[in-house]
Amino acid sequence: MNNSKISNAFRDKKAFVAYIMAGDPSLEKTREYVLALERAGADVIELGIPFSDPIAEGGTIQAANLRAFQSNTTIEGIFETALSLRGEVRVPLLFMTYLNPVFAYGYDAFFARCAECGISGIIIPDLPFDESDEVREFTTRHGIELISLIAPTSRERTQRIAKGAEGFVYLVSSLGVTGARSEITTDIGALVDSVREHTDIPIAVGFGVHSPRQAAEIWKRADGVIVGSAIVSIIAEHGAGAGEHIEKYVRDMTKPPRGI
Amino acid sequence: MNKRKGRFGEYGGQYVPETLMGALAELEEAYQSLKDDEGFNAELGAYLREYTGRPSRLYFAENATRELGGARIYLKREDLNHTGSHKLNNALGQALLARRMGKKRVIAETGAGQHGVATATVAALLGMECEIFMGREDTRRQALNVYRMRMLGANVNEVTSGTMTLKDAVNETMREWTRRVADTHYILGSVMGPHPFPTIVRDFQSVISREARAQILEREGRLPGAVIACVGGGSNAIGAFHAFIGDDGVRLIGCEAAGRGIDTDEHAATIARGRVGVFHGMKSYFCQDEAGQIAPVYSISAGLDYPGIGPEHSYLHDAGRAEYVPITDSEAVDAFYWLSRTEGIIPAIESAHALAYARQIAAEFGTDESIIICLSGRGDKDVAAIARYMGEDLRDE
Repeated sequence: MNNSKISNAFRDKKAFVAYIMAGDPSLEKTREYVLALERAGADVIELGIPFSDPIAEGGTIQAANLRAFQSNTTIEGIFETALSLRGEVRVPLLFMTYLNPVFAYGYDAFFARCAECGISGIIIPDLPFDESDEVREFTTRHGIELISLIAPTSRERTQRIAKGAEGFVYLVSSLGVTGARSEITTDIGALVDSVREHTDIPIAVGFGVHSPRQAAEIWKRADGVIVGSAIVSIIAEHGAGAGEHIEKYVRDMTKPPRGI
Repeated sequence: MNKRKGRFGEYGGQYVPETLMGALAELEEAYQSLKDDEGFNAELGAYLREYTGRPSRLYFAENATRELGGARIYLKREDLNHTGSHKLNNALGQALLARRMGKKRVIAETGAGQHGVATATVAALLGMECEIFMGREDTRRQALNVYRMRMLGANVNEVTSGTMTLKDAVNETMREWTRRVADTHYILGSVMGPHPFPTIVRDFQSVISREARAQILEREGRLPGAVIACVGGGSNAIGAFHAFIGDDGVRLIGCEAAGRGIDTDEHAATIARGRVGVFHGMKSYFCQDEAGQIAPVYSISAGLDYPGIGPEHSYLHDAGRAEYVPITDSEAVDAFYWLSRTEGIIPAIESAHALAYARQIAAEFGTDESIIICLSGRGDKDVAAIARYMGEDLRDE
């Protein structure tokens, strides 16, 4: 598992993982923004599939869910967008969504379609490791990596989750929901070490990361940073004209020295 | 670890963000060690007796019985509990549990406001900080309860996301719990959410049927033909059913909110119209669209206005042990007036859903049989909303 398309994205440099919501403000724009993110230096790109009740999200990404619904985004439309990007995008594409849309589609059919469309992995924030077997049977069957999250509250759970992790470990920086925080007060170094002890899979830190200074700090200890709300808020501000702004932001974020 | 723990058949589970998993494990451990603890149960029992006013009466409704011309009608008077509903049974149990766990702060969602009031009440009693989350739509429907919670010292947060009702209040309370989990206990108000909540809430609410079973045996010398309760998440229903589950001859009937009708889009009839899904920490039945998006639901009753149902109810439904029937707004409002005028008891509009079904089936039973209806709450809170429904606008000024 440690030689997958996803884990390889962390191989030669510290990685920048970018999140946008598919269909925000439209699927045509999602296609354009994925290409802009890759050009600007993103190493892994997460595409959100909108859900009616995103309980792990703060206000910024909740609003992006609503915008995606306003543009009549469907799961099938998102699959087609991913498929159309397949020949053009080299970095791994992941989905991030909640369990119910996947369950309603049918696990087997959903992950088969993911594989067809060139999706490498999936993040499901309301599917903790303990409940993941029912899904993992199908992700494994179709070669999709199921990304596990570890939180500051995981403590004795850390070892079990880290040992079962695929692709990379999504390390939640701090308590609470997604969204920019002016300061992350958690001891990220200690948290990363507690995971590293149990796995050599790449570790990426997300929740609240928005500035180059934060990214540089995290890269000192972890293999990647994950940035979502900060990019989504650029799309909230500029809508269909956000491409150049996203590209500039990600260039600035990926500029700090990030050698191995 | 047993991966199927906290399951009722295939239903239940722990589908929550990783940040909360530690707190659920801590809660489960605390509950396991306290649920059979003599000291804890003595403490809870004393509060239930002296503070809540238990046991609640099993009232023989003679006028209603005569009018319906069939089964002898009994009302389990949870409306006579302190704070006016069954919600205090659970809020008190969980708050005492939280105090034993060293938590200083409690948070809760509320729909009709009854669980919010019960939680604010026990927080005042036990000296805990209290935050309530309530959809803006519900704060409008249940303004009186909002003010009651504030009087009791709770901070009431209006939730403006989604449909601004109970579902969204649960979302926001879960988000708040992930923000501040170390010193905070989430007093979930129904038999829903992630394990161990459906079990804990059921255990604290089962006092309803433990009492009712003994009371009916004493009064009638035999078990009832049916037990009827309203179902949103399903806490008063599971509480009313639980001691009777092993009594095969006792029909267990849950009444869902059919709003403007189950053939419209405006209902909250989860079993009648929902499908199995995963939401709010549990696998269960949910009202949802083809793509798995949770559906906006509707009921005149804020307490039943929820797109899901507790996992144990889904299990009892599939197993054929309990029946679930839809009751419309207008049937519930009729029953609301009916009980008020027949017995001089104004029921909560939630409980009126159960009364409505009892009116429909009472005559199918013999006059030597009985039906127990869980009167889960009193209707004072609903007076203004019912007046609006009837086209009147009540104002105090």
